[in-house]
Amino acid sequence: MNKKGPLYALFLSLVLLLPGCSSLTVLNPKGPAARTLSDTIILSILVMLGVLAVVYILYIWVLVKYRAKKSNEGYVPPHEEGNVWLEATWIAIPILIVAFLSVVTVKTTSAVENVAADYKDQKPLVIYASSSNWKWHFSYPEEGIETVNYVNIPVHRAVEFRLYSFGTITSFWVPQLGGQKYAMSDMITTLHLSADTVGSFIGKNANFSGKGFAHMEFEALSMTDKDYQDWIKEVKETASPLTEDEFKGLLAMEHVGRKTYTSTHLSFSPPPGDHGDHMSNDGKDTDIDNGNTDHQEHKDIHPSPEPSSETEFDGEPHPEVDQPLPSSPVEEHTHHSD
Amino acid sequence: MDLEKFKVHGEPLIYGAMISIALATIGIIVGLTVFKKWGYLWREWLTTVDHKRIGVMYILAALLMLFRGGIDAIMMRLQTAAPDMKFLDAQHYNEVFTTHGLIMILFMAMPFIIGLMNVIIPLQIGARDVAFPRLNAVSFWLFFFGAMLLNISFVIGGSPDAGWSAYFPLASIEFSPTVGNNYYSLALQISGIGTLITGINFIVTILKMRAPGMKLMKMPMFTWSVLITNIIIVFAFPVLTVALALMMFDRLFGSQFFTMANGGMDMLWANLFWVWGHPEVYIVVLPAFGIYSEIIATFSKKNLYGYTSMVFSMLIISLLSFLVWAHHFYTMGQGVMVNSFFSITTMAIAVPTGVKIFNWLFTLRKGRITFTTPMLYTLAFIPIFTIGGVTGVMLAMASADYQYHNTMFLVAHFHYVLIPGAVFAVIAGFHYWFPKVFGFRLNERLGKHAFWWIIISFNVTFFPLFLLGLMGMTRRMYTYSEETGFGPLNMLSFAGALGLAIGFVILVYNIYWSTRYEPRDTTGDPWDARTLEWATNSPIPAYNFAVVPKVQTRDALWSAKQDNIPLFTEEITKIHMPSNTGKPFILGVVFFFFGFFLVFSMWIPAIVAGVGIILVMAAMSFDRDHGFYIPAKEVIATEKKLRGETV
Repeated sequence: MNKKGPLYALFLSLVLLLPGCSSLTVLNPKGPAARTLSDTIILSILVMLGVLAVVYILYIWVLVKYRAKKSNEGYVPPHEEGNVWLEATWIAIPILIVAFLSVVTVKTTSAVENVAADYKDQKPLVIYASSSNWKWHFSYPEEGIETVNYVNIPVHRAVEFRLYSFGTITSFWVPQLGGQKYAMSDMITTLHLSADTVGSFIGKNANFSGKGFAHMEFEALSMTDKDYQDWIKEVKETASPLTEDEFKGLLAMEHVGRKTYTSTHLSFSPPPGDHGDHMSNDGKDTDIDNGNTDHQEHKDIHPSPEPSSETEFDGEPHPEVDQPLPSSPVEEHTHHSD
Repeated sequence: MDLEKFKVHGEPLIYGAMISIALATIGIIVGLTVFKKWGYLWREWLTTVDHKRIGVMYILAALLMLFRGGIDAIMMRLQTAAPDMKFLDAQHYNEVFTTHGLIMILFMAMPFIIGLMNVIIPLQIGARDVAFPRLNAVSFWLFFFGAMLLNISFVIGGSPDAGWSAYFPLASIEFSPTVGNNYYSLALQISGIGTLITGINFIVTILKMRAPGMKLMKMPMFTWSVLITNIIIVFAFPVLTVALALMMFDRLFGSQFFTMANGGMDMLWANLFWVWGHPEVYIVVLPAFGIYSEIIATFSKKNLYGYTSMVFSMLIISLLSFLVWAHHFYTMGQGVMVNSFFSITTMAIAVPTGVKIFNWLFTLRKGRITFTTPMLYTLAFIPIFTIGGVTGVMLAMASADYQYHNTMFLVAHFHYVLIPGAVFAVIAGFHYWFPKVFGFRLNERLGKHAFWWIIISFNVTFFPLFLLGLMGMTRRMYTYSEETGFGPLNMLSFAGALGLAIGFVILVYNIYWSTRYEPRDTTGDPWDARTLEWATNSPIPAYNFAVVPKVQTRDALWSAKQDNIPLFTEEITKIHMPSNTGKPFILGVVFFFFGFFLVFSMWIPAIVAGVGIILVMAAMSFDRDHGFYIPAKEVIATEKKLRGETV
């Protein structure tokens, strides 16, 4: 009888699910990482539906059979202490289920924390994505390009996003390409994404960060390699370099539209160190924490500015007084328009 | 004196709230004066050390907070019911969801559960009061004035607005310059101290004051759950105390524990918060398991199946609850190893929880199940909480969590856990134990009406949120555009929230109706129940039991009824009782002002109030009142009167 509530909701959900999974962004992946996660989610839903079915069947059975009714008036329920074998069963089976899901978790976590298997042999394209107030800055150190609130990536290419923040903790998320990761002021986190198809995907900050949070979205556009090269050429021809003053002004703003520049802020405002630096303090250890050993090599290959680990983690004040911009976002002071 | 900082600007809703608070205050003062109840209020309630009255006050405060938090919830659902709504602006919305979370967890679920603990635990173990009755009053008044301090933030100075988890650097003075998060650090600190004292008090009570013969493994399941809960409180709350103190130093005195500069670590706050925050979930859920265990046994007329495994599963849950905190931020970049560890510990909690579900189902099996209102809430809990549990396992998988984290899927999950796992439980417990405290039952017909409204509306409100999460809707967004397609499901959810409101209004109306019309119970045991609290009269006399009961079995009252084993064998003698005291109340008031002055950095008054706290505590320490005796003759007379015999 009191099954109505949950059943009603389940029925409702099925009705709503029928129009197709395409509106369920997370289950409509367009890249290897998102696909791994979507498969994991669907697998776990199926296992959990099995668990629910067992509990619900048992539940309905006991309620129907043992409810008080005229025919069992005067029935005195027995005294039952329990049953070792039955109790062992409902300890053992859940343990098996949890063990199975643990294996799935470790495997898939490791898969999405590394470059996707299909793109293992590529040199990833490094893009620094940093957040300030309620906007995103994307720096392409190799191309010497910086954009605000949109990011273009070549399709079928491993992309390594290096995330950090000029303020509150934000979470970089492009649901159709992969899971999210925090961008923080005192360390760099790494997110590996790739797109399998050409297309425009919504990216957003998923972690509440104050007043402008709801509007902190960007477009992630995956394009063919040729289009990507054309775009770079076009930017080089039409845009102008990002000066320190310009960048300072950008940081201070709450929201801006799209912007494009022909140089990055990394040269005058280097990012903080990565997680490895944090954990080991010397930054030379294998980067176990990111599950990726190549990652260290790339740092040498890319001319991108090396994180200056001693300035950021120890937080020593920067000695150069006349430098207008702080050397790392750690020392950046916020700019509230009010 | 700069009055500007006290003001909250602009919102007609806030002016409305100010006016209604002012009117309610005037109404209460006038009412008390007209009916000459000031003395009654002071003697019988404000100075009481009686665990039953303290429990009732906790529950009253919790019900008030339920409505405050519920109004917050409806405002949130209304603001997000359609795309681009203009009901609340971003700042106001942020304040509303922050206070909704704080109030519902800390000032509704916690006090409701602590209130039920207070009323029932001494009765269930056959004791006359808790171990430290005056400390118990201190606990209550600290909780109460902490809650008041947080509540006035809405109209004086502005509420906290960085989420109930108050992540740094967002909650730092740099990004949240209003006093809102000062209120957070002080209000939670004051009520948190109260909770910590409760934890110590109940551990001692349960370990030292059980009736003769009640071995640990003969304790009722609710008592077990409360013992374990209070052990968690004693281990978890000091972490919150320290974290809040560091937060206060950061915000008021310019220290740099969690800031972005000078070696501050924002991630440290997240860790400390969840080292407390995750066990906190079990602090509200475990007593609920205890309540359900009592109700299921009573209304299926059977003893609890698998008692030993029930106890051990709670012990394992309490241990695991301290080993899972990092699952709240898998996305912080800890890497595969750390995330895998926390995934496995988190999923492991599903095992002991599953044991409990199956034990409850097997308690029902071969029983004779009657569908009273408390039993209906209990039976609704099983299927709904299981949805919350299995989605919890899904969220525990670190990889998949990268897609659920910070989305409405998570919001749906924890409402599916906390509402059946805590709110239904306290409502069930409220209906179940109401006749014990007040001597009459709540009306069953109205109770069932409210039940169906609440259960159906709950699912309509929260199930769509699972889908919204998978559609990519993040939590805490005050608005969204039409193109996102989030509109219809949010509208459905808003409709559900209105249904929930109707359910709760019927529930409260039922209290009023039953007070006037419901027949009085003279048996003291209206449900034909199994445990000791039903062995005394209802309403319960001040001394609980005229004679301390002797316990031989787990369901002591049940065996007494079945096998005619007498519970009360000794003669009635004089009973030692603690005296009332006004000092805990005064301490609460002084703490309130101390907190308020600190919030606004008014140092001189704060120091004066701080000295006041020390003086009141000193006065309490030197109190030489050792209580009083109720003479045997008076006890006999009271007993006869309660049984309806003429003296």
